[in-house]
Amino acid sequence: MNLHEYQAKTLLQKYGIPVPRGQVVAVAKETATVTTEIASDAWVVKAQVHAGGRGKAGGVKVVKSAAEAQNVAGELLGKTLVTYQNAPDGQPVNQVLIEETLPIARELYLSMLVDRTLERIVVVASVAGGMDIEEIAHTSPEKILQEVCDPLNGLVDFQARNLAFKLDLSGEQVGVFSRLLKGLYRLFKENDLALLEINPLVVTTDGKLYALDCKMSVDDNALYRQKALAEQRDWSQEDSKEAIAHHAGLNYIALNGNIGCMVNGAGLAMATMDLIKLHGGTPANFLDVGGGATAETVAKAFKIILADSHVKAILVNIFGGIMRCDIIAEGIIAAVKEVGMQIPVIVRLEGTNVDLGKKMLQTSGLNIISAEGLTDAAQQAVKAVAA
Amino acid sequence: MSILVNKNTKVLCQGFTGRQGTFHSEQALAYGTNMVGGVTPGKGGQLHLNLPVFNTMRDAVDMTGANASVIYVPPPFAADSILEASDAGIELIICITEGIPVLDMLNVKAALKANGTKLIGPNCPGVITPDECKIGIMPGSIHQRGKVGVVSRSGTLTYEAVHQTTALNLGQSTCVGIGGDPIKGLNFIECLQLFEADPETEAIIMVGEIGGSDEEAAAEYIKSHVRKPIAAYIAGQTAPAGKRMGHAGAIISGGSGKAADKIRALELAGAVVASSPAGLGEAVLAAIQQKKID
Repeated sequence: MNLHEYQAKTLLQKYGIPVPRGQVVAVAKETATVTTEIASDAWVVKAQVHAGGRGKAGGVKVVKSAAEAQNVAGELLGKTLVTYQNAPDGQPVNQVLIEETLPIARELYLSMLVDRTLERIVVVASVAGGMDIEEIAHTSPEKILQEVCDPLNGLVDFQARNLAFKLDLSGEQVGVFSRLLKGLYRLFKENDLALLEINPLVVTTDGKLYALDCKMSVDDNALYRQKALAEQRDWSQEDSKEAIAHHAGLNYIALNGNIGCMVNGAGLAMATMDLIKLHGGTPANFLDVGGGATAETVAKAFKIILADSHVKAILVNIFGGIMRCDIIAEGIIAAVKEVGMQIPVIVRLEGTNVDLGKKMLQTSGLNIISAEGLTDAAQQAVKAVAA
Repeated sequence: MSILVNKNTKVLCQGFTGRQGTFHSEQALAYGTNMVGGVTPGKGGQLHLNLPVFNTMRDAVDMTGANASVIYVPPPFAADSILEASDAGIELIICITEGIPVLDMLNVKAALKANGTKLIGPNCPGVITPDECKIGIMPGSIHQRGKVGVVSRSGTLTYEAVHQTTALNLGQSTCVGIGGDPIKGLNFIECLQLFEADPETEAIIMVGEIGGSDEEAAAEYIKSHVRKPIAAYIAGQTAPAGKRMGHAGAIISGGSGKAADKIRALELAGAVVASSPAGLGEAVLAAIQQKKID
């Protein structure tokens, strides 16, 4: 789950990490109060969307007067911002963050994440702040600094000093940076973050450090114990069908093809998408219905798939496992009837009682094609949408 | 022979009296698994499925001499269950639970390393040595004792590999579902090492998916350490970048974790990579044939 920049910055402040003075608004008129309260030569108006590349897409603008602030906020609010990261659909701008501008001397990069190979929290830093870190890693890997945190001792002082000196910080800045970094580590752990990125971390002309921009994402598996963060989730930033599926307890991801997929198991669901592609079709979605596959969950899944008007056929691929195929067939038949299915449904069943399950599908009198194996299922689905 | 589990493996179940624990313990008992009891705190002293229930893993291990444990405990309590089993001296822990926070798993892994405990999972179907020992949620009926070792990040794709090798009468020596989480217990390399050393395993099927670089690391290992025929399949060739595809660990991020890179690495290491999940059986046959010619 991703947080907005303004939400992330509130959290930073809670852990003593300096951020520019600012205020988020949802209505352009409210910018007047902000520009009055936060005295500055100029302000920056930043669109709050869950995507990088906002600056280049026109989502971040420097303004010189209160009137200009209100104009820019008015232009951004209610607009859909399309950046290179969320293209082609873009995301709606429902809030803008108005901040003071700072006299910037240097821009640094700082992030924390869980490295799955090392199985440790890793701190990444660079003098090349303000740029895309993947680009830096590609063009000048020597500029990437890294410290690996031991789970028992956490991030310790010497590691912070290692980074501080390599980042060319000096004097009091070294101690300030160390405290900042240890605050970030505490924030990361206490809030179950999966990623924390400050880009850039700026050094001002008077030598102070500020987090100018910040991205945070929270481990979805930990949301049960991070209720305050979970409540901050902004569903408007996510695909509407994915949001509905999430609330129905289904794992759904929208794609841009025309063959809807309903599969049990994440691996098999991905493999089914690949199989459709291999046989010349394009999958409309990823959907894992899980082990249950009852009439109720299947009906829910069908409704979500059918909400996508591009879908011309649905491929159901279930490896029965412990659940018997005749019970699954019963569920599929009931669900097809319930949703009043208008398009062909191709079903591949495997597992216990598979013959009985197939027979039930064939004799259902519904628009259900019972496939003979994986390959046949994919071919039938591709044929169905071509017809 | 086989790897990890056999008819002598004495298995405890954590979360024994819960719905999942009960259902899958019944299935395991029916399959012939040597289940010796279970743990549900507060229910110690009772009998469940005709087996003793204990309050703590220490009591359970002391009284039964169990050396393996399977966990069906909900995510908020699962990390604690793994640590408890490890502390009690269990050698092999199989954690089925999906949804354990990543930061919990970082601490768990550090503790397991100190204790020398093996963990399978979390977020996995479990491990089975056909006709001897089934620990987990896989359907026993599709398995056939034989010569292919299966290791997979995905549950249902493991079943596909099993189904196809059974249909070809190759059978399986042991099947290990290592799970779909980013931080997990046994990985491909440890399983490949065990299969390579197991006399009953004549060929290996490895099923990977997008996310991380475990398949690439396995490919490096195969080059220098695996002599047995090996077939592979990687799921997620059509998966979009930046999206978590069901499994917590299945995500392409920052240009790494792509299916194409994993497939290329495995092919370079000499594995026969199936282009379709329906081709796993044929791929392992081709790998066996190829090694004969070599």
